[in-house]
Amino acid sequence: MTEPVVLLDSVDKTFGDGTANQVHALKNINLSIGRNEFVSLIGPSGCGKSTLLRVIGDLISPSAGTAQINGKNARQARLDREYGMVFQAATLYDWRTVAKNVQLPLELMKYPKEKKEQRTREMLELVELSDFAGHFPWQLSGGMQQRVAIARALAFEPSILLMDEPFGALDEMTRERLNLELLDIWRKTNTTVVFVTHSITEAVFLSTRVIVMSARPGRITQDIPIDLPQPRGVETRENVRFFELETQVREALRESERPTP
Amino acid sequence: MSERSQRIVAPIVIFVVIFLAWEGLVTALRIEQFLLPKPTAILSNLVRVIRIDTADTTVLADNEAAALLRVNRLLVDLPGDISPEVLAPLEEAHIAEFRQGSRRVLLSRGVNLTPILQASWYTLKEALGGLALGGIAGVLVALATARWTATREALLPFAIAANSMPIIAFAPIFNNWFGIDNPFSKMAIVAVMVFFPLMINTVRGLVSVPPRSLELMRSYAASEFAILFKARIPNALPYLFSGLKVAGALAMIGAIVGEYFGGPRIALGVFITQEAALFRFASAWAAIFSACLMGISIYLLILLAERLAMPWHSSFRE
Repeated sequence: MTEPVVLLDSVDKTFGDGTANQVHALKNINLSIGRNEFVSLIGPSGCGKSTLLRVIGDLISPSAGTAQINGKNARQARLDREYGMVFQAATLYDWRTVAKNVQLPLELMKYPKEKKEQRTREMLELVELSDFAGHFPWQLSGGMQQRVAIARALAFEPSILLMDEPFGALDEMTRERLNLELLDIWRKTNTTVVFVTHSITEAVFLSTRVIVMSARPGRITQDIPIDLPQPRGVETRENVRFFELETQVREALRESERPTP
Repeated sequence: MSERSQRIVAPIVIFVVIFLAWEGLVTALRIEQFLLPKPTAILSNLVRVIRIDTADTTVLADNEAAALLRVNRLLVDLPGDISPEVLAPLEEAHIAEFRQGSRRVLLSRGVNLTPILQASWYTLKEALGGLALGGIAGVLVALATARWTATREALLPFAIAANSMPIIAFAPIFNNWFGIDNPFSKMAIVAVMVFFPLMINTVRGLVSVPPRSLELMRSYAASEFAILFKARIPNALPYLFSGLKVAGALAMIGAIVGEYFGGPRIALGVFITQEAALFRFASAWAAIFSACLMGISIYLLILLAERLAMPWHSSFRE
Protein backbone atom coordinates (compact mmCIF):
# COMPACT_ATOMS: atom_id res chain seq x y z
CA MET A 1 0.00 0.00 0.00
CA THR A 2 1.25 3.46 -0.79
CA GLU A 3 2.00 5.98 1.89
CA PRO A 4 -1.12 7.85 3.07
CA VAL A 5 -1.48 11.54 2.25
CA VAL A 6 -2.93 12.35 5.66
CA LEU A 7 -2.08 10.38 8.76
CA LEU A 8 -3.48 11.48 12.12
CA ASP A 9 -2.33 9.64 15.20
CA SER A 10 -4.17 10.09 18.54
CA VAL A 11 -4.84 13.77 17.89
CA ASP A 12 -6.26 15.71 20.83
CA LYS A 13 -7.13 19.39 20.92
CA THR A 14 -8.20 21.41 23.93
CA PHE A 15 -8.87 25.13 23.70
CA GLY A 16 -8.34 27.40 26.70
CA ASP A 17 -6.54 24.70 28.65
CA GLY A 18 -6.90 25.15 32.40
CA THR A 19 -9.38 28.03 32.17
CA ALA A 20 -13.08 28.09 33.01
CA ASN A 21 -13.88 28.14 29.27
CA GLN A 22 -11.87 25.02 28.51
CA VAL A 23 -13.27 23.18 25.48
CA HIS A 24 -12.26 19.69 24.57
CA ALA A 25 -12.59 20.00 20.78
CA LEU A 26 -10.99 16.80 19.54
CA LYS A 27 -10.42 13.52 21.32
CA ASN A 28 -8.19 10.70 20.17
CA ILE A 29 -8.55 11.17 16.42
CA ASN A 30 -6.94 8.48 14.29
CA LEU A 31 -7.39 8.87 10.57
CA SER A 32 -5.59 7.83 7.45
CA ILE A 33 -6.44 9.27 4.04
CA GLY A 34 -4.96 7.81 0.88
CA ARG A 35 -4.03 9.44 -2.41
CA ASN A 36 -6.92 10.60 -4.62
CA GLU A 37 -9.46 10.01 -1.89
CA PHE A 38 -12.34 12.41 -1.43
CA VAL A 39 -13.11 12.37 2.28
CA SER A 40 -15.95 14.29 3.89
CA LEU A 41 -16.07 15.17 7.58
CA ILE A 42 -19.65 15.45 8.79
CA GLY A 43 -21.15 15.97 12.23
CA PRO A 44 -23.33 18.25 14.35
CA SER A 45 -22.16 21.84 14.64
CA GLY A 46 -19.46 22.20 17.24
CA CYS A 47 -18.18 18.67 16.72
CA GLY A 48 -14.75 19.94 15.80
CA LYS A 49 -14.79 19.06 12.11
CA SER A 50 -13.42 22.50 11.14
CA THR A 51 -10.87 22.22 13.93
CA LEU A 52 -9.79 18.85 12.58
CA LEU A 53 -9.40 20.34 9.11
CA ARG A 54 -7.25 23.13 10.58
CA VAL A 55 -5.09 20.62 12.44
CA ILE A 56 -4.46 18.82 9.15
CA GLY A 57 -3.62 22.16 7.50
CA ASP A 58 -1.40 23.30 10.41
CA LEU A 59 -3.53 26.35 11.05
CA ILE A 60 -4.04 24.97 14.56
CA SER A 61 -1.55 22.74 16.34
CA PRO A 62 -2.86 19.71 18.23
CA SER A 63 -2.56 19.56 22.03
CA ALA A 64 -1.44 15.95 21.76
CA GLY A 65 -0.81 13.43 18.99
CA THR A 66 0.70 14.01 15.57
CA ALA A 67 -0.50 15.02 12.12
CA GLN A 68 1.56 13.83 9.17
CA ILE A 69 1.09 14.84 5.56
CA ASN A 70 2.92 12.89 2.87
CA GLY A 71 5.22 11.57 5.57
CA LYS A 72 6.12 15.03 6.87
CA ASN A 73 4.78 16.79 9.93
CA ALA A 74 1.95 19.20 9.16
CA ARG A 75 4.06 22.31 9.71
CA GLN A 76 6.70 21.21 7.24
CA ALA A 77 3.95 20.31 4.77
CA ARG A 78 2.52 23.82 5.11
CA LEU A 79 5.93 25.38 4.57
CA ASP A 80 6.28 23.14 1.51
CA ARG A 81 2.94 24.46 0.27
CA GLU A 82 1.11 21.19 0.11
CA TYR A 83 -2.28 22.71 1.01
CA GLY A 84 -4.95 24.43 -1.01
CA MET A 85 -7.53 25.97 1.32
CA VAL A 86 -11.12 26.88 0.49
CA PHE A 87 -13.37 28.41 3.16
CA GLN A 88 -17.09 28.92 3.47
CA ALA A 89 -16.63 32.57 2.54
CA ALA A 90 -14.71 32.87 -0.72
CA THR A 91 -12.18 35.12 1.06
CA LEU A 92 -11.17 36.86 -2.15
CA TYR A 93 -9.22 40.08 -1.91
CA ASP A 94 -11.53 42.92 -2.91
CA TRP A 95 -8.66 44.93 -4.38
CA ARG A 96 -7.61 42.20 -6.77
CA THR A 97 -9.29 41.20 -9.98
CA VAL A 98 -10.39 37.61 -10.45
CA ALA A 99 -7.16 36.77 -12.30
CA LYS A 100 -5.03 38.52 -9.68
CA ASN A 101 -6.80 36.64 -6.92
CA VAL A 102 -6.02 33.34 -8.59
CA GLN A 103 -2.42 34.50 -8.96
CA LEU A 104 -1.99 35.37 -5.28
CA PRO A 105 -0.41 32.06 -4.20
CA LEU A 106 1.69 31.98 -7.38
CA GLU A 107 3.06 35.44 -6.56
CA LEU A 108 3.93 34.31 -3.04
CA MET A 109 5.64 31.24 -4.45
CA LYS A 110 7.60 33.37 -6.90
CA TYR A 111 6.40 31.69 -10.08
CA PRO A 112 7.97 33.18 -13.19
CA LYS A 113 5.66 35.64 -14.91
CA GLU A 114 4.87 33.47 -17.90
CA LYS A 115 4.09 30.35 -15.90
CA LYS A 116 2.00 32.45 -13.53
CA GLU A 117 -0.17 33.77 -16.32
CA GLN A 118 -0.45 30.42 -18.00
CA ARG A 119 -1.57 28.71 -14.78
CA THR A 120 -4.08 31.50 -14.14
CA ARG A 121 -5.56 31.03 -17.60
CA GLU A 122 -5.75 27.26 -17.15
CA MET A 123 -7.38 27.57 -13.74
CA LEU A 124 -9.96 30.10 -14.91
CA GLU A 125 -10.75 27.81 -17.81
CA LEU A 126 -11.13 24.91 -15.40
CA VAL A 127 -13.74 26.78 -13.34
CA GLU A 128 -15.24 28.33 -16.49
CA LEU A 129 -14.56 31.93 -15.55
CA SER A 130 -12.20 32.92 -18.36
CA ASP A 131 -14.52 35.76 -19.37
CA PHE A 132 -14.35 37.26 -15.88
CA ALA A 133 -10.57 37.49 -15.47
CA GLY A 134 -10.67 41.28 -15.28
CA HIS A 135 -13.69 41.56 -13.01
CA PHE A 136 -13.54 42.48 -9.34
CA PRO A 137 -14.97 40.04 -6.77
CA TRP A 138 -17.97 42.24 -5.98
CA GLN A 139 -19.10 41.97 -9.58
CA LEU A 140 -19.48 38.19 -9.21
CA SER A 141 -22.25 36.06 -7.71
CA GLY A 142 -21.56 33.99 -4.60
CA GLY A 143 -21.18 30.80 -6.61
CA MET A 144 -18.75 32.43 -9.05
CA GLN A 145 -16.70 33.81 -6.16
CA GLN A 146 -16.43 30.34 -4.70
CA ARG A 147 -15.25 29.00 -8.06
CA VAL A 148 -12.52 31.65 -8.06
CA ALA A 149 -11.52 30.49 -4.57
CA ILE A 150 -11.28 26.90 -5.86
CA ALA A 151 -9.21 28.02 -8.85
CA ARG A 152 -6.91 29.91 -6.48
CA ALA A 153 -6.54 26.87 -4.21
CA LEU A 154 -5.63 24.62 -7.14
CA ALA A 155 -3.39 27.07 -8.99
CA PHE A 156 -0.16 25.89 -7.43
CA GLU A 157 -1.06 22.19 -7.67
CA PRO A 158 -1.18 21.43 -3.96
CA SER A 159 -1.17 17.74 -3.09
CA ILE A 160 -4.19 18.14 -0.83
CA LEU A 161 -7.27 20.34 -1.02
CA LEU A 162 -8.81 21.32 2.33
CA MET A 163 -12.36 22.62 2.01
CA ASP A 164 -14.29 24.03 4.95
CA GLU A 165 -18.00 24.06 4.05
CA PRO A 166 -17.16 25.72 0.73
CA PHE A 167 -20.74 25.66 -0.55
CA GLY A 168 -22.46 26.17 2.80
CA ALA A 169 -23.56 29.71 2.04
CA LEU A 170 -24.91 29.02 -1.44
CA ASP A 171 -28.42 28.22 -2.58
CA GLU A 172 -29.34 24.60 -3.30
CA MET A 173 -29.23 24.87 -7.10
CA THR A 174 -25.84 26.54 -7.19
CA ARG A 175 -24.53 24.07 -4.66
CA GLU A 176 -25.58 21.09 -6.78
CA ARG A 177 -24.00 22.56 -9.87
CA LEU A 178 -20.76 23.31 -8.03
CA ASN A 179 -20.74 19.79 -6.58
CA LEU A 180 -20.68 18.41 -10.12
CA GLU A 181 -17.98 20.87 -11.11
CA LEU A 182 -15.89 20.00 -8.07
CA LEU A 183 -16.05 16.29 -8.90
CA ASP A 184 -15.01 17.10 -12.44
CA ILE A 185 -12.05 19.15 -11.17
CA TRP A 186 -11.12 16.44 -8.68
CA ARG A 187 -11.00 13.86 -11.49
CA LYS A 188 -8.97 16.11 -13.78
CA THR A 189 -6.42 17.22 -11.16
CA ASN A 190 -5.97 14.00 -9.21
CA THR A 191 -5.91 15.78 -5.87
CA THR A 192 -6.81 14.46 -2.48
CA VAL A 193 -9.73 16.31 -0.94
CA VAL A 194 -10.75 16.72 2.70
CA PHE A 195 -14.19 18.28 2.72
CA VAL A 196 -16.08 19.60 5.75
CA THR A 197 -19.85 19.79 5.34
CA HIS A 198 -23.06 19.55 7.32
CA SER A 199 -25.08 18.34 4.35
CA ILE A 200 -25.62 14.58 4.24
CA THR A 201 -26.56 14.62 0.54
CA GLU A 202 -23.47 16.59 -0.38
CA ALA A 203 -21.19 14.32 1.65
CA VAL A 204 -22.57 11.13 0.09
CA PHE A 205 -22.67 12.54 -3.42
CA LEU A 206 -19.09 13.81 -3.44
CA SER A 207 -17.10 11.44 -1.29
CA THR A 208 -15.32 8.17 -1.51
CA ARG A 209 -15.52 8.07 2.29
CA VAL A 210 -17.62 9.85 4.88
CA ILE A 211 -16.24 10.35 8.38
CA VAL A 212 -19.01 10.86 10.94
CA MET A 213 -18.09 12.83 14.05
CA SER A 214 -19.77 13.46 17.40
CA ALA A 215 -19.69 16.58 19.51
CA ARG A 216 -18.02 17.52 22.80
CA PRO A 217 -15.49 16.12 22.70
CA GLY A 218 -15.25 15.74 18.94
CA ARG A 219 -14.33 12.23 17.91
CA ILE A 220 -14.79 9.91 14.97
CA THR A 221 -17.79 7.61 15.46
CA GLN A 222 -18.06 6.00 12.03
CA ASP A 223 -16.08 5.70 8.85
CA ILE A 224 -18.45 4.92 5.97
CA PRO A 225 -17.03 4.01 2.54
CA ILE A 226 -19.16 5.36 -0.30
CA ASP A 227 -19.16 2.72 -3.01
CA LEU A 228 -21.21 4.63 -5.58
CA PRO A 229 -19.90 4.19 -9.13
CA GLN A 230 -17.54 6.80 -10.61
CA PRO A 231 -17.79 9.11 -12.41
CA ARG A 232 -20.82 10.49 -10.67
CA GLY A 233 -23.38 12.69 -12.28
CA VAL A 234 -26.97 13.85 -11.99
CA GLU A 235 -28.14 10.23 -12.27
CA THR A 236 -26.15 9.29 -9.13
CA ARG A 237 -28.70 11.10 -7.00
CA GLU A 238 -31.40 8.77 -8.32
CA ASN A 239 -29.41 5.62 -7.56
CA VAL A 240 -31.04 3.39 -4.91
CA ARG A 241 -27.65 2.87 -3.33
CA PHE A 242 -27.41 6.66 -2.93
CA PHE A 243 -30.51 6.66 -0.70
CA GLU A 244 -29.24 3.68 1.27
CA LEU A 245 -25.96 5.42 1.97
CA GLU A 246 -27.73 8.67 2.84
CA THR A 247 -29.84 6.76 5.37
CA GLN A 248 -26.76 5.07 6.75
CA VAL A 249 -25.00 8.42 7.30
CA ARG A 250 -28.14 9.96 8.78
CA GLU A 251 -28.45 7.12 11.25
CA ALA A 252 -24.79 7.32 12.12
CA LEU A 253 -25.26 11.02 12.83
CA ARG A 254 -28.29 10.40 15.05
CA GLU A 255 -26.30 7.74 16.85
CA SER A 256 -23.40 10.11 17.39
CA GLU A 257 -25.67 12.73 18.96
CA ARG A 258 -26.69 10.40 21.77
CA PRO A 259 -24.97 11.25 25.03
CA THR A 260 -21.95 9.07 25.60
CA PRO A 261 -22.36 6.49 28.36
CA MET B 1 -33.14 64.15 -15.88
CA SER B 2 -30.58 61.44 -15.26
CA GLU B 3 -29.59 60.65 -11.71
CA ARG B 4 -26.06 61.76 -12.36
CA SER B 5 -26.90 65.24 -13.65
CA GLN B 6 -29.40 65.57 -10.84
CA ARG B 7 -26.61 64.99 -8.35
CA ILE B 8 -24.67 67.87 -9.88
CA VAL B 9 -27.53 70.28 -10.55
CA ALA B 10 -29.24 69.98 -7.16
CA PRO B 11 -26.34 71.37 -5.07
CA ILE B 12 -25.85 74.22 -7.56
CA VAL B 13 -29.51 75.19 -7.28
CA ILE B 14 -29.27 75.15 -3.50
CA PHE B 15 -26.10 77.24 -3.59
CA VAL B 16 -27.77 79.86 -5.81
CA VAL B 17 -30.86 79.92 -3.59
CA ILE B 18 -28.77 80.46 -0.45
CA PHE B 19 -26.71 83.13 -2.18
CA LEU B 20 -29.82 85.04 -3.33
CA ALA B 21 -31.59 84.62 0.03
CA TRP B 22 -28.53 85.93 1.88
CA GLU B 23 -28.20 88.89 -0.46
CA GLY B 24 -31.95 89.57 -0.33
CA LEU B 25 -32.27 89.31 3.44
CA VAL B 26 -29.25 91.52 4.15
CA THR B 27 -30.73 94.14 1.79
CA ALA B 28 -34.34 93.84 2.91
CA LEU B 29 -33.62 93.79 6.64
CA ARG B 30 -30.98 96.51 6.24
CA ILE B 31 -28.44 94.55 8.17
CA GLU B 32 -25.31 96.58 8.77
CA GLN B 33 -22.39 95.57 6.57
CA PHE B 34 -20.10 95.10 9.56
CA LEU B 35 -22.52 92.57 11.03
CA LEU B 36 -23.01 90.58 7.86
CA PRO B 37 -21.76 91.76 4.48
CA LYS B 38 -23.67 90.89 1.34
CA PRO B 39 -22.24 87.95 -0.58
CA THR B 40 -21.75 90.23 -3.57
CA ALA B 41 -19.62 92.52 -1.41
CA ILE B 42 -17.55 89.58 -0.22
CA LEU B 43 -17.09 88.32 -3.75
CA SER B 44 -16.13 91.76 -4.99
CA ASN B 45 -13.36 91.69 -2.40
CA LEU B 46 -12.01 88.61 -4.02
CA VAL B 47 -12.23 89.89 -7.58
CA ARG B 48 -11.63 93.57 -7.09
CA VAL B 49 -8.31 93.67 -8.90
CA ILE B 50 -10.07 93.23 -12.19
CA ARG B 51 -12.30 96.19 -11.52
CA ILE B 52 -9.38 98.54 -11.06
CA ASP B 53 -8.26 97.92 -14.55
CA THR B 54 -11.60 98.83 -15.98
CA ALA B 55 -14.12 100.92 -14.07
CA ASP B 56 -11.70 102.74 -11.86
CA THR B 57 -9.54 104.05 -14.62
CA THR B 58 -11.98 106.92 -14.64
CA VAL B 59 -10.50 107.90 -11.32
CA LEU B 60 -6.94 106.83 -11.88
CA ALA B 61 -4.83 107.16 -14.93
CA ASP B 62 -3.83 103.94 -16.60
CA ASN B 63 -0.29 104.04 -15.34
CA GLU B 64 -1.51 104.87 -11.87
CA ALA B 65 -3.83 101.92 -11.87
CA ALA B 66 -0.98 99.71 -12.94
CA ALA B 67 1.24 101.10 -10.21
CA LEU B 68 -1.57 100.59 -7.75
CA LEU B 69 -1.76 96.94 -8.64
CA ARG B 70 1.94 96.55 -8.37
CA VAL B 71 2.19 98.30 -5.04
CA ASN B 72 -0.73 96.50 -3.57
CA ARG B 73 1.03 93.34 -4.26
CA LEU B 74 4.07 94.65 -2.44
CA LEU B 75 2.31 96.33 0.43
CA VAL B 76 1.82 93.20 2.37
CA ASP B 77 5.33 91.93 1.99
CA LEU B 78 7.46 95.04 1.96
CA PRO B 79 5.61 98.08 3.18
CA GLY B 80 8.92 99.83 3.96
CA ASP B 81 10.33 99.40 0.46
CA ILE B 82 7.82 101.55 -1.36
CA SER B 83 9.34 104.77 -2.55
CA PRO B 84 7.48 107.94 -1.53
CA GLU B 85 7.13 108.95 -5.19
CA VAL B 86 5.03 105.92 -5.87
CA LEU B 87 3.15 106.02 -2.63
CA ALA B 88 2.16 109.70 -2.55
CA PRO B 89 -0.07 109.81 -5.65
CA LEU B 90 -1.63 106.58 -4.59
CA GLU B 91 -2.52 107.93 -1.21
CA GLU B 92 -3.89 111.06 -2.79
CA ALA B 93 -6.06 108.98 -5.06
CA HIS B 94 -7.07 106.89 -2.15
CA ILE B 95 -8.19 109.86 -0.09
CA ALA B 96 -10.02 111.35 -3.04
CA GLU B 97 -11.82 108.09 -3.65
CA PHE B 98 -12.56 107.68 0.00
CA ARG B 99 -14.16 111.14 0.11
CA GLN B 100 -16.34 110.24 -2.80
CA GLY B 101 -17.55 107.28 -0.79
CA SER B 102 -16.52 104.78 -3.39
CA ARG B 103 -15.79 101.35 -2.11
CA ARG B 104 -14.60 100.11 -5.40
CA VAL B 105 -11.10 101.41 -5.45
CA LEU B 106 -8.91 99.55 -3.15
CA LEU B 107 -6.48 101.76 -1.55
CA SER B 108 -7.32 100.30 1.76
CA ARG B 109 -4.41 97.96 1.68
CA GLY B 110 -4.58 94.26 1.28
CA VAL B 111 -8.20 94.05 0.32
CA ASN B 112 -7.63 92.98 -3.22
CA LEU B 113 -7.29 89.55 -4.64
CA THR B 114 -3.57 89.38 -4.53
CA PRO B 115 -2.97 89.63 -0.78
CA ILE B 116 -5.78 87.20 -0.05
CA LEU B 117 -4.37 84.80 -2.62
CA GLN B 118 -0.89 85.25 -1.25
CA ALA B 119 -2.05 84.71 2.30
CA SER B 120 -4.12 81.72 1.23
CA TRP B 121 -1.14 80.16 -0.52
CA TYR B 122 1.05 80.76 2.52
CA THR B 123 -1.45 79.14 4.87
CA LEU B 124 -2.19 76.32 2.46
CA LYS B 125 1.50 75.45 2.43
CA GLU B 126 1.47 75.32 6.22
CA ALA B 127 -1.62 73.12 6.25
CA LEU B 128 -0.31 70.73 3.57
CA GLY B 129 3.18 70.64 5.10
CA GLY B 130 1.72 69.76 8.49
CA LEU B 131 -0.63 67.21 6.93
CA ALA B 132 2.29 65.53 5.17
CA LEU B 133 4.48 65.50 8.29
CA GLY B 134 1.72 64.25 10.60
CA GLY B 135 0.42 61.84 7.98
CA ILE B 136 3.77 60.18 7.30
CA ALA B 137 4.51 59.96 11.02
CA GLY B 138 1.03 58.57 11.75
CA VAL B 139 1.27 55.86 9.09
CA LEU B 140 4.81 54.87 10.11
CA VAL B 141 3.86 54.57 13.77
CA ALA B 142 0.75 52.61 12.75
CA LEU B 143 2.87 50.19 10.72
CA ALA B 144 5.22 49.76 13.65
CA THR B 145 2.42 49.13 16.13
CA ALA B 146 0.64 46.73 13.80
CA ARG B 147 3.84 44.72 13.56
CA TRP B 148 4.62 44.71 17.29
CA THR B 149 1.43 43.96 19.15
CA ALA B 150 2.91 44.92 22.50
CA THR B 151 3.68 48.43 21.23
CA ARG B 152 0.13 48.76 20.02
CA GLU B 153 -1.43 47.70 23.29
CA ALA B 154 0.82 50.18 25.09
CA LEU B 155 0.36 53.11 22.71
CA LEU B 156 -3.22 52.91 21.51
CA PRO B 157 -4.93 54.04 24.75
CA PHE B 158 -2.68 57.10 24.80
CA ALA B 159 -3.36 57.83 21.16
CA ILE B 160 -7.12 57.60 21.70
CA ALA B 161 -6.87 59.85 24.76
CA ALA B 162 -4.69 62.32 22.87
CA ASN B 163 -7.13 62.28 19.96
CA SER B 164 -9.89 63.62 22.20
CA MET B 165 -7.77 66.52 23.48
CA PRO B 166 -8.10 70.02 21.99
CA ILE B 167 -4.57 70.01 20.60
CA ILE B 168 -5.08 73.46 19.09
CA ALA B 169 -4.81 74.78 22.66
CA PHE B 170 -1.09 74.10 22.41
CA ALA B 171 -0.73 76.57 19.53
CA PRO B 172 0.74 79.41 21.63
CA ILE B 173 3.27 76.96 23.06
CA PHE B 174 4.28 75.79 19.58
CA ASN B 175 4.54 79.42 18.46
CA ASN B 176 6.89 79.97 21.38
CA TRP B 177 8.96 76.85 20.63
CA PHE B 178 9.45 77.27 16.91
CA GLY B 179 9.08 81.04 16.49
CA ILE B 180 5.90 82.95 15.87
CA ASP B 181 6.90 83.97 12.32
CA ASN B 182 8.25 80.56 11.42
CA PRO B 183 5.76 78.59 9.30
CA PHE B 184 7.06 75.45 10.97
CA SER B 185 5.32 76.43 14.22
CA LYS B 186 1.98 76.08 12.39
CA MET B 187 3.04 72.97 10.51
CA ALA B 188 3.98 71.40 13.83
CA ILE B 189 0.57 72.07 15.39
CA VAL B 190 -1.14 70.75 12.24
CA ALA B 191 1.09 67.67 12.25
CA VAL B 192 0.22 66.85 15.85
CA MET B 193 -3.49 67.42 15.16
CA VAL B 194 -3.63 65.09 12.15
CA PHE B 195 -1.27 62.49 13.60
CA PHE B 196 -3.74 60.83 15.94
CA PRO B 197 -6.78 60.28 13.71
CA LEU B 198 -4.52 59.01 10.92
CA MET B 199 -2.57 56.70 13.16
CA ILE B 200 -5.65 55.27 14.91
CA ASN B 201 -7.49 54.71 11.63
CA THR B 202 -4.49 53.09 9.97
CA VAL B 203 -3.91 50.77 12.92
CA ARG B 204 -7.57 49.72 12.78
CA GLY B 205 -7.25 48.98 9.07
CA LEU B 206 -4.04 47.01 9.51
CA VAL B 207 -5.37 44.81 12.29
CA SER B 208 -8.93 44.32 11.04
CA VAL B 209 -7.98 41.88 8.29
CA PRO B 210 -10.58 39.08 8.32
CA PRO B 211 -9.22 36.01 10.16
CA ARG B 212 -9.87 33.82 7.10
CA SER B 213 -7.62 36.07 5.00
CA LEU B 214 -4.82 35.52 7.47
CA GLU B 215 -5.44 31.76 7.55
CA LEU B 216 -5.27 31.75 3.77
CA MET B 217 -1.92 33.54 3.87
CA ARG B 218 -0.69 31.14 6.52
CA SER B 219 -1.70 28.17 4.40
CA TYR B 220 0.55 29.55 1.63
CA ALA B 221 3.35 29.88 4.20
CA ALA B 222 3.47 33.61 3.37
CA SER B 223 6.08 35.72 5.16
CA GLU B 224 5.05 38.49 7.59
CA PHE B 225 6.31 40.93 5.00
CA ALA B 226 4.09 39.47 2.28
CA ILE B 227 1.10 39.47 4.63
CA LEU B 228 1.75 43.14 5.39
CA PHE B 229 1.96 44.21 1.77
CA LYS B 230 -0.61 41.88 0.20
CA ALA B 231 -3.25 41.77 2.93
CA ARG B 232 -2.83 44.33 5.70
CA ILE B 233 -1.93 47.46 3.79
CA PRO B 234 -4.60 47.09 1.06
CA ASN B 235 -7.10 46.34 3.82
CA ALA B 236 -6.04 49.52 5.64
CA LEU B 237 -6.47 51.82 2.62
CA PRO B 238 -10.17 52.60 3.14
CA TYR B 239 -9.46 53.33 6.81
CA LEU B 240 -6.50 55.50 5.89
CA PHE B 241 -8.61 57.56 3.52
CA SER B 242 -11.43 58.09 5.99
CA GLY B 243 -8.74 59.25 8.42
CA LEU B 244 -7.35 61.56 5.75
CA LYS B 245 -10.74 63.18 5.18
CA VAL B 246 -10.91 64.08 8.87
CA ALA B 247 -7.27 65.13 8.86
CA GLY B 248 -7.67 67.37 5.79
CA ALA B 249 -10.29 69.48 7.56
CA LEU B 250 -8.22 69.51 10.75
CA ALA B 251 -5.18 70.71 8.82
CA MET B 252 -6.90 73.93 7.61
CA ILE B 253 -8.37 74.54 11.07
CA GLY B 254 -5.00 73.98 12.71
CA ALA B 255 -3.13 76.29 10.38
CA ILE B 256 -5.62 79.18 10.57
CA VAL B 257 -6.34 78.98 14.29
CA GLY B 258 -2.61 78.61 14.90
CA GLU B 259 -2.18 81.89 13.05
CA TYR B 260 -4.87 83.57 15.16
CA PHE B 261 -2.38 83.25 18.03
CA GLY B 262 0.16 85.19 16.01
CA GLY B 263 2.17 84.95 12.82
CA PRO B 264 3.51 86.98 9.93
CA ARG B 265 1.17 89.49 8.23
CA ILE B 266 1.17 87.36 5.13
CA ALA B 267 -0.66 84.52 6.92
CA LEU B 268 -4.39 84.10 6.30
CA GLY B 269 -5.31 83.79 9.98
CA VAL B 270 -3.44 86.99 10.80
CA PHE B 271 -5.01 88.69 7.80
CA ILE B 272 -8.51 87.76 8.96
CA THR B 273 -7.96 88.98 12.54
CA GLN B 274 -6.45 92.25 11.29
CA GLU B 275 -9.15 92.96 8.73
CA ALA B 276 -11.79 92.23 11.37
CA ALA B 277 -10.02 94.49 13.86
CA LEU B 278 -10.06 97.31 11.26
CA PHE B 279 -13.77 96.76 10.56
CA ARG B 280 -13.05 95.62 7.01
CA PHE B 281 -15.46 92.79 7.39
CA ALA B 282 -16.13 92.19 3.73
CA SER B 283 -12.42 91.62 3.29
CA ALA B 284 -12.28 89.33 6.32
CA TRP B 285 -15.22 87.39 4.92
CA ALA B 286 -13.50 87.11 1.58
CA ALA B 287 -10.45 85.61 3.30
CA ILE B 288 -12.67 83.19 5.23
CA PHE B 289 -14.36 82.29 1.96
CA SER B 290 -10.96 81.55 0.48
CA ALA B 291 -10.10 79.36 3.48
CA CYS B 292 -13.35 77.45 2.96
CA LEU B 293 -12.55 76.94 -0.70
CA MET B 294 -9.14 75.55 0.21
CA GLY B 295 -10.66 73.20 2.76
CA ILE B 296 -13.12 71.92 0.17
CA SER B 297 -10.32 71.57 -2.39
CA ILE B 298 -8.22 69.49 -0.01
CA TYR B 299 -11.24 67.26 0.60
CA LEU B 300 -11.89 66.86 -3.12
CA LEU B 301 -8.25 66.03 -3.76
CA ILE B 302 -8.39 63.33 -1.09
CA LEU B 303 -11.57 61.95 -2.70
CA LEU B 304 -9.82 61.88 -6.07
CA ALA B 305 -6.75 60.17 -4.62
CA GLU B 306 -9.03 57.66 -2.93
CA ARG B 307 -10.72 56.84 -6.21
CA LEU B 308 -7.38 56.40 -7.97
CA ALA B 309 -5.88 54.34 -5.17
CA MET B 310 -8.78 51.94 -4.73
CA PRO B 311 -11.13 51.86 -7.70
CA TRP B 312 -12.35 48.51 -6.41
CA HIS B 313 -13.86 49.92 -3.24
CA SER B 314 -17.57 49.48 -2.50
CA SER B 315 -18.19 53.21 -2.10
CA PHE B 316 -17.57 53.71 -5.84
CA ARG B 317 -19.93 51.03 -7.08
CA GLU B 318 -22.60 52.46 -9.30
